[in-house]
Amino acid sequence: MLRITGGRVYDPANGVDGQIRDVCIADGRIAAAVGDGARTLDASGMVIFPGGVDVHTHVAGGAINFARAMTPEDHRRTVAFIRTQTQRSGLGGMAPTTFATGYLYAGMGWTTLNEAAVPILSAKHTHEELRDVPIVDKSCCVLMANNEIVLDLLENGELERAKQVVAWQIWASKAYGVKAVNPGGVAAWKWGKDAKQLSETVEGYRKLTPGTIITGLAQIIDELGLPHPLHLHCNNLGAPGNYTTTLESMKSLEGHRAHLAHLQYHAYGGDDWNTMRSETEAIADYFNAHSNLTADAGAVLFGNTVTITADGPWQHLLYKLTGRKWGNLDVENETGCGIVPYTYRPSNIVNAVQWASGLELLLMIKDPWRVSLSTDHPNGACFWRYPEILQLLMSADFRRDCMAKMSEEAKRRIRLPELDREYSLFEIAIITSAGPARALGLSNKGHLGIGADADIAVYNQDQDISRMFSHPRYVIKHGEIVIEEGEIRATPLGRSYVIKPQYESTIEEYLRPLFEDCYTMQFENYPVELERVEHAELRNCIPAE
Amino acid sequence: MLQLTLKQNPPVPLEAELISPDTLARMSLDEIRALPLQLGKHRRRLDEFFDISGAPGLELKLIGDLSRVKWLGRGMSQGRIEIVGNAGMHLGARMKGGEIEVHGNTGDWLGAEMSQGTIRVRGDAGGQVGAAYRGSVSGMKNGTIIIDGTAGLEIGMRMRRGLIVVGKRVKDFAGLQMKGGTILLRAGSEIRAGAWMVRGTIISLAPLPLLPTFATSCSHNPLFLRLLARQLADWDIALPALDDQGTYDCYSGDSSVPGKGELLIWRPRNGSAVQ
Repeated sequence: MLRITGGRVYDPANGVDGQIRDVCIADGRIAAAVGDGARTLDASGMVIFPGGVDVHTHVAGGAINFARAMTPEDHRRTVAFIRTQTQRSGLGGMAPTTFATGYLYAGMGWTTLNEAAVPILSAKHTHEELRDVPIVDKSCCVLMANNEIVLDLLENGELERAKQVVAWQIWASKAYGVKAVNPGGVAAWKWGKDAKQLSETVEGYRKLTPGTIITGLAQIIDELGLPHPLHLHCNNLGAPGNYTTTLESMKSLEGHRAHLAHLQYHAYGGDDWNTMRSETEAIADYFNAHSNLTADAGAVLFGNTVTITADGPWQHLLYKLTGRKWGNLDVENETGCGIVPYTYRPSNIVNAVQWASGLELLLMIKDPWRVSLSTDHPNGACFWRYPEILQLLMSADFRRDCMAKMSEEAKRRIRLPELDREYSLFEIAIITSAGPARALGLSNKGHLGIGADADIAVYNQDQDISRMFSHPRYVIKHGEIVIEEGEIRATPLGRSYVIKPQYESTIEEYLRPLFEDCYTMQFENYPVELERVEHAELRNCIPAE
Repeated sequence: MLQLTLKQNPPVPLEAELISPDTLARMSLDEIRALPLQLGKHRRRLDEFFDISGAPGLELKLIGDLSRVKWLGRGMSQGRIEIVGNAGMHLGARMKGGEIEVHGNTGDWLGAEMSQGTIRVRGDAGGQVGAAYRGSVSGMKNGTIIIDGTAGLEIGMRMRRGLIVVGKRVKDFAGLQMKGGTILLRAGSEIRAGAWMVRGTIISLAPLPLLPTFATSCSHNPLFLRLLARQLADWDIALPALDDQGTYDCYSGDSSVPGKGELLIWRPRNGSAVQ
């Protein structure tokens, strides 16, 4: 039992905007009151947030592990976590190791994360790594938009059977949601091609287009009633002029729910790298008018990072552009993966446009409930740099200082200099916690109402926003103090949220022969057993009528 | 001058990155005696392994067979280390300035990723001299490494600037993925010199086996060699650069990258260069 007194509470879901009030915790949840024997934390001069929720990050599984293996140079320059009584050893940096990932997220006040891209074939690996990410609660999205079995069914218009297969595969991978990466494009990549237009036939198919895949999956997910909508990485990521593809994708989603991942990478105008500019206004205008959509920013910060994505063809292009290291994985019938280390530089106009675009989207999208803070970790920047973005959002002067170093040419291609909006702490609490929790459909997260999970971050009120959010005074996870005075006090294991959608068991009779024909793995060995998922918590689907 | 004499050969490599002029010049003798060195998983005091004499300063003399002492002079930026005996791996790695002289042999990764300074080895060196550590974008960025004896594999791997001179024949992959700078092989090398090189210059005074991805470009005596010869004269190293002595056969590559590095192979008058 715990009582936090004297702090300013920011709990947007319950309309609390900086009022000073007590927060009581009993049995790991927020309670109306606690007895006199409860420990009291004096939070005078501090602000109280619901624990942060990351709707889109890459922290576990084959791809990030490949990135770790590929970047020994970063391991040498990063600060190591030394083993202590409560803490395992590990490394931070561009692609932190599993245990360090949990420490770094919690050390910033984040208590829930969604691993955004899991091929079923490496789902076992992903869950085993997620088990080693302590403190935070976890969920993951399974990759579906380049799965050959699903694509074959969509090609033939067998939507009902596709729905059964998708439901079976969600359960087989013990996932929470469905992710679509460059729909059709990664399947085409196996023929050395890409899919850049929504209406173009996907290589290797007769009539299937990326548009059909997007609407088909969005419909299936709505019918299955998953708490988190289709998690879409649009076609044509990163390319100049791609905002038209993004607008088309958003239009094709009318009538369905969808979450647009790392929207910044999909909001570029221009014809080529020399003319590339920000088109965030067009994207934000459409987005503002369509409440069926949520998004995360995918913001970029200058510095070193490593880009990892299932979008194999894009990564090959990035490798050709940079001449740096390139890793490529082919995940049989399901997806692909590419890894390229990258440095975002303010002197590079393309990078400057990317940096500005992420912030522009966060500032131009009017409803903070529908846009979440993300950097598409580690693609735009590492997650442990979120406090820097919060500072940029909360201070127009600070943004101007940063832009002062940019070239005039870069400034002509962005809208950021015109934007004066400054986020309030209330809005920060929305984009870092309440909003992403709602987008994920996690009703027990992102707020401090009675019965909610007692995941709380307490920050010192500080003029230096970046410092304030980098060093929470206390972090409480499920009612337990995990960070106190900058030190890790406890490292409890978090829960994993898993969905079991309804499907007919006869679908296995359809899948088994396909498996025996196409996969290198035995059908029986394919699904992840529930016992393999540590602290699994099943969440409900509400199927559409 | 501070003098450290090795008392006992460590049973496993001793990690001694603190033995550098930058660290020791500021310390008292007692502080130096108590400096921690990592031996396997244990932390030991410096005076368990070394006898200490003289006065702390920017000059340092190490005596004994230090072939199991690693990381000497790591990241040093000034001063001078003289080693009478052998030195272990990573000597002068990432050094930013100053001077190291070894009257003996050294291990692998000599001067790896150094950015300034001079290293002179009177004996042989191991592999990866001036190289990039695994995963790094570039190796040595400047500075000079002169080895009188032989050297091992992958010397100058991914180096960007600077000079490496090796007196005797080196092993395979000299200048692997080289991006700039100069390697002078006074007695040639084993196979695959210049593989994947993008830019930079490898000069060989003896014939060496060429990769098929290097193309003949011309025979001449580039003017810069006269400047290099003058620089090398300071270390008593002769570099032929005059027309009456012979010419250099120039090859460009590695075209498999494709790169525009150059391989210059000395052809003395009336001699044939390429094997």
